Amino acid sequence: MNFSESFQTALFNLLANKLRSFLTMLGVIIGVASVVAMVSLGQGMRAQIVDQISSLGSNILTVIPGRVRQGAGPMGMFMARGGGNVLKYEYFQELRATPFPGIRAVTTEATTSLPVTFARESVFVNVVGTTPELLEIRNFMLLGGRSFSGYDYSYSRKVAILGHTVAQDLFGDPLLAVGASIRVGRTIFTVVGVLEPKTMGGQDLGNQVFIPLTTFRQYLTGDRYLRNIIVQVDDKENIPLVSQWLSDFFRRKIGDPEQFSILNQQDLLETVESVTGTVTLFLAVIAGISLLVGGIGIMNIMLVSVAERTREIGLRKAIGAKPRDILLQFLLESSFLSLVGGVVGLVLGILAGRTMASFSQFPFVLSPQVMVLALSVSLAVGLFFGIYPARRASRLDPITALRYE
Amino acid sequence: MQPIIRVENLVKVYRTGKVEVRALQGVTFEVHPGEFIAIMGPSGSGKTTLMNILGCLDTPTGGRYVLDGVEVSSLRENQLAEIRNRKIGFVFQNFHLLPRLTAFQNVELPLLYASVPKSIRVRRVRDLLERVGLGERMHHRPNELSGGQMQRVAIARALVNDPAIILADEPTGNLDTLSGEEIMSIFQELNEEGRTIILVTHERDIAQHARRVIHFRDGRILKNEDVTDRIDARQLLEELKRQRNLLEEAG
Ligand SMILES: Nc1ncnc2c1ncn2[C@@H]1O[C@H](COP(=O)(O)OP(=O)(O)OP(=O)(O)O)[C@@H](O)[C@H]1O
Ligand SMILES: [Mg+2]
Repeated sequence: MNFSESFQTALFNLLANKLRSFLTMLGVIIGVASVVAMVSLGQGMRAQIVDQISSLGSNILTVIPGRVRQGAGPMGMFMARGGGNVLKYEYFQELRATPFPGIRAVTTEATTSLPVTFARESVFVNVVGTTPELLEIRNFMLLGGRSFSGYDYSYSRKVAILGHTVAQDLFGDPLLAVGASIRVGRTIFTVVGVLEPKTMGGQDLGNQVFIPLTTFRQYLTGDRYLRNIIVQVDDKENIPLVSQWLSDFFRRKIGDPEQFSILNQQDLLETVESVTGTVTLFLAVIAGISLLVGGIGIMNIMLVSVAERTREIGLRKAIGAKPRDILLQFLLESSFLSLVGGVVGLVLGILAGRTMASFSQFPFVLSPQVMVLALSVSLAVGLFFGIYPARRASRLDPITALRYE
Repeated sequence: MQPIIRVENLVKVYRTGKVEVRALQGVTFEVHPGEFIAIMGPSGSGKTTLMNILGCLDTPTGGRYVLDGVEVSSLRENQLAEIRNRKIGFVFQNFHLLPRLTAFQNVELPLLYASVPKSIRVRRVRDLLERVGLGERMHHRPNELSGGQMQRVAIARALVNDPAIILADEPTGNLDTLSGEEIMSIFQELNEEGRTIILVTHERDIAQHARRVIHFRDGRILKNEDVTDRIDARQLLEELKRQRNLLEEAG
């Protein structure tokens, strides 16, 4: 019997028991749907976090005070211990003045919390003293106005760029802020630019005001210490080299290697990927168990079906069916059940995943691998759990089978 | 002429637990092409056991079986399946039609396992169903057919691969006299066309349709005799029908 005829026979048998076929399929449908939904959700989570980390700029090494342990905390994020006043302004200046191959830009953030006032509105924000390069390195986009210029920096001009949230709180319409005068602490600043909204990991990055570092030091605080020093490397390849050089540089300056850390964005990404990968795997395994239960359901029904059709199998053998014809017929039935279950489950899983994603902060990411995996796993389930009943059918002795009541 | 079937000293022993049943205890005979043989014997004498072995559905415990020049005991499962498919047409007492398939599909089955192309299948199945008088019932399911009609479907199925021999184990056992006679007339017709037939029956009347009768007892051949007063099923059918019409007219 050729394949297409075997297939027609299998289909015919499945359609003869529609309700039963459907119920059997339901196990696989639920299994595949949950695998697809869970894995897609996990991948959405990962994509979002990776996206956010990348949105902070690419190929970035960040020097911060204190010792950092990687991989601790619930999401494997970096946890700093110690720290405080270590990174001096002079180090930053020296670093900026020292050319080293592979370094594309060097910037820094010095921060303080101050009230910012316009008219009668006042909000407490993070004021960041930095250099003109920061916005580009950090991928902040201007909604309106302009960025800092070299002159703003070298002449310590009292100009400010407002984060989206700050501008909105003070002006209602953020674009109205450009050109306005605001008070930062007790100093009057001119707003030259407003940023587009930006968040990271659910945290609002729009609640900041950026001013030139020189201005920051001259008018706001005489503090010599910086929160971090940010180095952008021109190429991913050069990250280890630059990282080593930076490490040597700060060890010379600070002496104690326990007093500072160099964060590598690549490491962070890898950590996040591995952690979310584990979470996704965990979800997939739980969902996979329901797929397994679905497979056992198929095996159960196929065994019942073989028992019910013993006489039919006997007759088919008596008129010339070979063991492999019978085997193929039953295997086709079980794989068809599970494959169709897989397709339906895939569709339902996508719908369920989308719905769940729309209620969470994560996007819905459906990778082609998941689809291929879902379909091939469901086919494999059908074959695996169908093989035993099918073999049993194919080995029936025709005489015994024909006599079976 | 070379015999189409030759069995030598065929032995079949069934073991159920500690009990041994010697269903065949050394059976030897030959069947030549074109023969029509009836096997008769009391219940339990081993007729069905012999037919199952001849039909390659079962294997003997001892002895030789040569079918159409092939030593059957040396064959593997797939080869046996092929023989069942092409060389043997088996007709069962209780028809064994697949209930969910139509008459057409039931007859088509052996052709499917023989991988015959669709166009040829359709022609052959149609011809055979018309031949056994079921041209009008082709797309009926078994539960819409009478016992005689079901057995005719089964005969068409047995013939569809043009087998070397037809084996029928009490084909009329579940039928009334008239339907049984109709079946026998089909067998006689087939035999007149040269087909070899072996038939098992309890009834002397049925056996008298054959050309030769083998008498069986306790797993052994008792005697082997040619039928002298052969019944012509077609004549008898006409006679039966006439009688029935007379009865109907009278009643
Ligand atoms: N599968 C089996 N297991 C054990 N014993 C069996 C089996 N099949 C048949 N027998 C025994 O073998 C003997 C011959 O049985 P068989 O069915 O061949 O008889 P038969 O001549 O066809 O009888 P009947 O006319 O009633 O159909 C009987 O005694 C029967 O009980
Ligand atoms: Mg019998």
